[in-house]
Amino acid sequence: MEVRVENLRKSYGKVEALRSVSLSFEDRGLTAILGPSGCGKTTLLRCIAGFLEPDSGAIYFGSDNVTGVSPQSRGTAMVFQNYALWPHMSIYDNVAYGLRLQRVGKDEVNRRVLEALQLVEMMIAPDILERKPTALSGGQQQRVALARALVVRPKVLLLDEPLSNLDAKVRQRLRVEVRRLQRQVGITTIYVTHDQEEALSMADRVVVMDQGVVRQVGTPEEIYRSPTTAFVAEFLGVTNVLAGRVAADRMTVTVAGATVARRVEETGPDDAVTVVFKADAASVVGAGVSLPEGTDSVLFEGELVEVFFVGSVYRHYVSVGDEMILVDDAARAQGPRVRVAVPAGDLQIYAGAPSAEHRK
Amino acid sequence: MTRVKIVRMILIVVAAFVIFGPLSSLVIWSVAEKWFWPNVLPQEVGLFYWGKVFQGRMVQALEVGVLIAVVVTALSLVMTVPLGYVLARFNVPFKALILLIFMLPQAFPQLPVFANATVYLYRANMGGKVSGVILIHMVGALVYAVWTMTAVFKSIPVSLEEAAINLGASRLRTFWDVSLRLALPGIVASALLIFLYSLDEFTGTLLVGSPFVLTLPVFMYNASQGYELPVASITALLLMVPGVVLLLVLERYLKAEYLSSFGRI
Repeated sequence: MEVRVENLRKSYGKVEALRSVSLSFEDRGLTAILGPSGCGKTTLLRCIAGFLEPDSGAIYFGSDNVTGVSPQSRGTAMVFQNYALWPHMSIYDNVAYGLRLQRVGKDEVNRRVLEALQLVEMMIAPDILERKPTALSGGQQQRVALARALVVRPKVLLLDEPLSNLDAKVRQRLRVEVRRLQRQVGITTIYVTHDQEEALSMADRVVVMDQGVVRQVGTPEEIYRSPTTAFVAEFLGVTNVLAGRVAADRMTVTVAGATVARRVEETGPDDAVTVVFKADAASVVGAGVSLPEGTDSVLFEGELVEVFFVGSVYRHYVSVGDEMILVDDAARAQGPRVRVAVPAGDLQIYAGAPSAEHRK
Repeated sequence: MTRVKIVRMILIVVAAFVIFGPLSSLVIWSVAEKWFWPNVLPQEVGLFYWGKVFQGRMVQALEVGVLIAVVVTALSLVMTVPLGYVLARFNVPFKALILLIFMLPQAFPQLPVFANATVYLYRANMGGKVSGVILIHMVGALVYAVWTMTAVFKSIPVSLEEAAINLGASRLRTFWDVSLRLALPGIVASALLIFLYSLDEFTGTLLVGSPFVLTLPVFMYNASQGYELPVASITALLLMVPGVVLLLVLERYLKAEYLSSFGRI
């Protein structure tokens, strides 16, 4: 079932959490809502669940307008960041709760609870059903919480940062699990996260939000490769955000001492622009080494300040003018004078000066 | 014996002395039939006073005190469990003011507050009656109850309730199945506090109730005023019994599972 929100607005006092958000979440798809804390993603999710009432706008499940419908009768199932399992009930009772509310027969409750726990691979020990949730690890608790949500066969599955309380390793594994489960049961799923890697790896579609506004919607590849705003580009990965300026003839842009041949839309002569490129798109070239012929790269002259080994690559900090550029390169460069080469195609330039928080 | 064992032994003995030492004089006084200076121990011991106490008005005082304490506890819980939940969960206007009003009687010295209340209770024809004593106990009990109930419900994560609502449980059902169950250890603990407070309450009971309503503390006061120290000691020992018993019961009850989950959620 498709979920749609139209012109959703919600304010807390003077803070506008949602400023006219319109989106559609495709049937049986997994849509990730990605953004920093305070961007409105959780507010949006809670509006869809019915825990919050939007100030204006409408929410549709399929063709039904559910805007005024109580959270009890929306047929959504939510998985919480803190698992929200009831510590005074056994695991069996936790999963069975929703079915008992629906007055499902005892035998069917039993069958469906076991089925759901099998689905999330929690039938790990013979006495598991009688145990209290607090006896389980975080990852196992979240699996039980998933079973509790799926057992009622919800119309929409809502996941509110479900993995962010878990260790990195468990998180990696549960990502695969959640994706597999979602495909298997085929429920329209909305997944809120601030982790870009999580969003890109799991989702069919990614919605990037910032300050109550949807910045971009697209497949993970589109979002990653062609971000349409400086915010999206910066939010998706270790990224350099530099301040640039449009030249008088509007044919080039100067940035950190380098010149890029580019016409930027919606800008005039001497306008401020934001130049963005990913750290792994750049490479460090020694002072005397010349670039191979025919490569259309932009070169920044700078000074190597620091190099960190971060596992797969060396992260170079190169100071260029009053900017600091990050370069992830497999080879360790020697300083102090270096040049940073960025293929022109990997440079994104947006109208407007970078906002303060994007400057490193 | 290892050195650790010896040290532990000594500590246990010291602790036992600190705890039971002061009580031992009560025990000795309770069986002293004749005890004059400069004797270290009573010259004559016997159960004369115990017999006297159990024949007399003391048992009646105990009964009245327990009855009052039970009613005060029940009334306080009935009033403050819903109130505490509402104060903890919803944006109640003047929340601070409501909590402050309950605190107010405790902000002033008890004696003037209770003396004043006594005047009004007599005017309302409740002076010298059990109902009046119950009311005056409620003044103190509600302070404990409201503040602890609010704290107990606040300690339960909202998401636990939302999870139930999300699966289709009504507000009332959620309160019953989730909030109340999780608050139970806190409710039991605060019920115990209220019960013991009421059982031990002296100033208000004396002012409002006496001489018609006698509870144990007032009885003890009357007894020791007449320098019947054995009777006062027995009363004091008996007053300890409900507290010790309730604490043991509570500990057994809490141990099962609630203590483990209480801190964790």
